[in-house]
Amino acid sequence: MVTGLRSAVMAVSAAAWSSAEEGARVVEETSPQGSGRFELRSVSVAYGPETVIEDVTMNIPPQAVTALIGPSGCGKSTLLRCLNRMNDELGNVRVSGTIALDGQDIMARGVDPVDLRMRVGQVFQRPNPFPMSIYDNVAYGPRTQGIRRRDELDAIVEDSLRRAALWDEVKGSLKKHAFDLSGGQQQRLCIARALATHPEVLLMDEPASALDPISTQQIEDTVAELKRSVTIVIVTHNMQQAARISDQTAFMLRERLDMPARLIEVGETRKVFTNPDDPRTEAYITGRFG
Amino acid sequence: MRLSRRQRARIFEAVARALLGTAAALVVGVAGFLLLYIAFRGIPGLSWEFLTDVPRNRGREGGIFPALVGTLYVVFGTGVLTVPLGILGGVYLSEYAPRSPSTRFIRLAVANMAGVPSIVYGLFGLAAFVLAAGIGRSVLAASLTLTCMTLPVVITATEEALRQIPADLRHAALALGASRLRTVWTVVLPAAAPGIVTGIVLGLARAAGETAPILFTGAVFQMRRLPDGPGSQFMALPYHIYTQVTSVPNWNRDLVWGTAFILVATVSAASALAAVWRSFKRRRTAW
Repeated sequence: MVTGLRSAVMAVSAAAWSSAEEGARVVEETSPQGSGRFELRSVSVAYGPETVIEDVTMNIPPQAVTALIGPSGCGKSTLLRCLNRMNDELGNVRVSGTIALDGQDIMARGVDPVDLRMRVGQVFQRPNPFPMSIYDNVAYGPRTQGIRRRDELDAIVEDSLRRAALWDEVKGSLKKHAFDLSGGQQQRLCIARALATHPEVLLMDEPASALDPISTQQIEDTVAELKRSVTIVIVTHNMQQAARISDQTAFMLRERLDMPARLIEVGETRKVFTNPDDPRTEAYITGRFG
Repeated sequence: MRLSRRQRARIFEAVARALLGTAAALVVGVAGFLLLYIAFRGIPGLSWEFLTDVPRNRGREGGIFPALVGTLYVVFGTGVLTVPLGILGGVYLSEYAPRSPSTRFIRLAVANMAGVPSIVYGLFGLAAFVLAAGIGRSVLAASLTLTCMTLPVVITATEEALRQIPADLRHAALALGASRLRTVWTVVLPAAAPGIVTGIVLGLARAAGETAPILFTGAVFQMRRLPDGPGSQFMALPYHIYTQVTSVPNWNRDLVWGTAFILVATVSAASALAAVWRSFKRRRTAW
């Protein structure tokens, strides 16, 4: 009975979605696929009365990997969540300053976070596949956008799994439950799921921290491959990882607990790691703290 | 004799183990004895006629068919009303309600509703549904009364089940551009379904076995026909047991125990079915 009820409501909501989807299509056609460049100007974040990040100004270049590094609690993840407005969901979080994606202010009144999140995907720290089949996991985003045609979904699912370097391992078992996959496979499934809405930007919050070294390697290879088509912003506490996979590195630091975190330095990864401008960056990357 | 720290720890461990084991065995033993005894006393009264015939000779002979059907009707009516309302209430409390004094008040009210004695629900049902709303003594009035009693169980179970679902899963759906409603409907609710179903089965099992709420709201001593709609009065298994024992001289022991057995067996079968389905689903949850 529950499933019957469920399909009935799905049918009703599908009708509502399809009209919303037509609106989205129009926008997609009139504005050419953006390149995925973020510009942050004086971005500050406050949890209630406490300012946790202050005055971050930086650019995130398109089709490149930007790594956010810094000690635990320095606001890396919070800053990341500004980019797809996931902070909106946490309540009591206030973001000020401007954040522009391809020149458009994403915090402007008319911007629906739902539309933004289809352009800016996210992969979380721990693999969090939905409790459903591999296929349904990847198809979730497209279905949310109103895509219902089977052949269209099939194509998206295959393409997304290929891009996440998981296709060869699962192509014969798309109906299998996502929880039957290993941790590393689950995380690549989550990457495929995020890619399925064809985002211009992919946010990754320590995507390999819960994985073994081999799975980590596979994720890093995937990132290296993906950056040709997608802008990637990755939070990592692993400096070797940042050095290996990123083109640009941003170092954040909260110097005292009663002070907000700040962006200490941002620049080309090789330069930040070999010849940083700021002594605090050097102290951190040489392992003197953090 | 002085015992070392380790020896003492080992003795404490053994004592704790024994105490806990005894407590568990007691609970299982009492429940098992109850079920076995009901089966032992009840099975002799069972027959095809018992299940399909109407009561005769004031219930001393014949069967319990109208009572069985009446209970199924009322439980079905209660389910139809309770399940959607209870789930919606639970979803609201878990996913939508702000952290405010009014939300705390709602939660407190739900908890208190669960603690109200069932005879009070019976009186309330008589006053509100039978008399004030003018529904009269009927399947509908009894279902509405049982709904009031069952609702807090389902609301609480739903809310608790939803809370068990990791926030990460919700965020994953939201980050894919799903609305809050779609997130709840397609990800959170299905993941929480096992816990919700448990709550529903528990609530409806209690509704099936209650006498007090249907006492004044529609149950009758004897009917030779089945209820013909929600406006009809009805017989019910628990009420049948109650009236047999209290108002029929020389009541037929076998038939009354048989009625009890059927009631317990029906409820247990529903619980068992839910448990099987749940264990099948649970294999799928990693958190």
